Amino acid sequence: MRKILAAGVMALSIGMAGTAFADPIKIGMITTLSGGGAGLGVDVRDAFQLAMKKSGNKDIQVITEDDARKPELAVQIADKMMQSDHVDLMTGIIWSNLAMAVVPNVVAQDVIYLSPNAGPSALAGKNCNKNYFNVAYQNDNFHEAMGQYANKDYKKVFILAPNYPAGKDSLTGFKRYYKGEVAGEVYTKLGQTDYAAEIAQIRASGAEAVFFFLPGGMGIAFTKQYAQSGVGLPLLGPAFSFSQDVLGAIGDAALGVKNSASWSHDLDNEANKEFVEAFKAEYKRLPSVYAAQAWDTANLILSAAAKASVKDKDAFRAALKEADFKSVRGKFKFNTNNHPIQDIYVREVVKEDGVLTNKIVGTAFTDHGDAYAEQCKM
Amino acid sequence: MQIDLLIEQVLNGVQFGVMLFLMAAGLTLIFGVMGLINLAHGSLYMVGAFACAAVAAATGSFWLGLVASLAAAAAAGAIVEVVVVRRLYKRDHLDQVLATFALILIFSEGTRWLFGSSPLYLNIPGALSGAVSLPGDLDYSLYRLFIIIVGMAVAAGLYFLIAHTRLGMRIRAGESDREMIAALGVDITTLYTLVFALGAALAGLAGAMVGALQSVQVGMGEPVLILAFVVVVIGGIGSIKGALIGAVLVGVIDTLGRFLLPAALHLFLPASQAASIGGSIASMLIYVFMALVLVVRPQGLFSANA
Repeated sequence: MRKILAAGVMALSIGMAGTAFADPIKIGMITTLSGGGAGLGVDVRDAFQLAMKKSGNKDIQVITEDDARKPELAVQIADKMMQSDHVDLMTGIIWSNLAMAVVPNVVAQDVIYLSPNAGPSALAGKNCNKNYFNVAYQNDNFHEAMGQYANKDYKKVFILAPNYPAGKDSLTGFKRYYKGEVAGEVYTKLGQTDYAAEIAQIRASGAEAVFFFLPGGMGIAFTKQYAQSGVGLPLLGPAFSFSQDVLGAIGDAALGVKNSASWSHDLDNEANKEFVEAFKAEYKRLPSVYAAQAWDTANLILSAAAKASVKDKDAFRAALKEADFKSVRGKFKFNTNNHPIQDIYVREVVKEDGVLTNKIVGTAFTDHGDAYAEQCKM
Repeated sequence: MQIDLLIEQVLNGVQFGVMLFLMAAGLTLIFGVMGLINLAHGSLYMVGAFACAAVAAATGSFWLGLVASLAAAAAAGAIVEVVVVRRLYKRDHLDQVLATFALILIFSEGTRWLFGSSPLYLNIPGALSGAVSLPGDLDYSLYRLFIIIVGMAVAAGLYFLIAHTRLGMRIRAGESDREMIAALGVDITTLYTLVFALGAALAGLAGAMVGALQSVQVGMGEPVLILAFVVVVIGGIGSIKGALIGAVLVGVIDTLGRFLLPAALHLFLPASQAASIGGSIASMLIYVFMALVLVVRPQGLFSANA
């Protein structure tokens, strides 16, 4: 009898505590944990989980599933998470073609989606949605920064990206700010690993530099083959081509390469120091830009959960939009289309204590939004 | 159009083709001799690459890594044959596909468990790095040239093995009538294990050589496996000569398509549209070619049993 009573009191107090603080939140994370892009998804998952663990918040439950970089699989997982797990929020997708397959359907069912990486242009302009928050960037952003940077030194640049939404956004973004001549423009197959044909075209093009966007294993393959080819033109790229997850595998071929990002592990602010230390201590490796974005996504959710109940969608969306959290990027706020306004830096690949990593060498844009925000009517 | 660019692209195509040949040779031998569809062939390619990367990292020598890749892939192939595949010869192709697909999952997860999901570092040995000048003012990657030479040497070696040795005679006999050679007292079980290990070693060699050029990561074998099947279908099942010619055709068509199609479309389309549409069509080109071959010669160009 005493036991039952005690259990009753316990249950009551837990229930009370629940209403006193926050409703439990169920987050569905779909990310790439196997196949060619697994390094990116693993960083997103690890940083997100670490942020949740550090917060000590017990009301948040994260369900993680692997999409293997397959759009059809991601769609199935999303349906399952919404229909049988009844998740309140969703996040995690790395690749823009998967985001295009999943996000419109998710937000149409009034589930809030927070993107820790992909930011296709199609979701930033006319088709923006009040349930879609991009905590990373609009796809064009990093590439725009590199276009701006290339103006300074190069009159003729060869540009290269995979043939999928983010690849097209990439080259569009680069050309939006680059004033010089485009010596050649090539789209490769997503997941391609041999770039001999493209490198031969670069050699014949007469360009002064090469801008390329090839995330994950594609970038490793390209950079190594490029170093072997003897072409030797300077390489430029967004952070994805030289992120922490691929630098080890590229090796010294990456040294000295300039790339653009909204974040770097040496960015000087309290939140970032705490993040880099915690990540290194937990996982014994340096975080990548994907990890930083996932960490910010988690902290944004935590900040909104402290202000509003996830059951009250309007209040929760408003709380998210305030972006009242300490971003590892220093400053961060949302534009009218729920995409970030942030600074974008130019980084250089250097060797620190025998480990290849990126160091900030300049700022390309301050408080940079995106070109699609004005088409967004929310 | 500069002529040396075209020559360089043809060389690239041949190099890609030679790499595909190393994969397709094993696949077509195994199918021709044992009648087995081995989807796990891509996993053996991955095993070779990981063995090479791990040994090269531990010893600092790419060449030891290359030897290790042959040994590891052959050993993995032999073990797989004895433990799993041997039970499948009498079953129909659906069972074989299911079982070898399961092997892919086991190999992938096992490798991830051992090495993690980040790509491994494997670089080209110093002696082969950089570019060489070929006649006609053409700089070409020395390592890619090395792959072409190794591939051609393997092709010649395989031809010699199959046409002029006792083992080769048994392999050919096994292809045409396996009951009969078993009845003649040839140890067919050992022969099968040998053929399987040989095919696996070739896949491992391809994985190790390409791993240094691309990236060594879990799941690297499956895209190549699909192309290798295309090669086998084009070349004719069971034919080594078909595999070689099919592989070089696929390599050259794919490489030249990627390069010429966007350029051709650019004659009447703006650059970025031409690049995007040309790229999309180029990635379909080899499958279109395979379909054409199937229409004209359903048994493939050089079918062993034709």
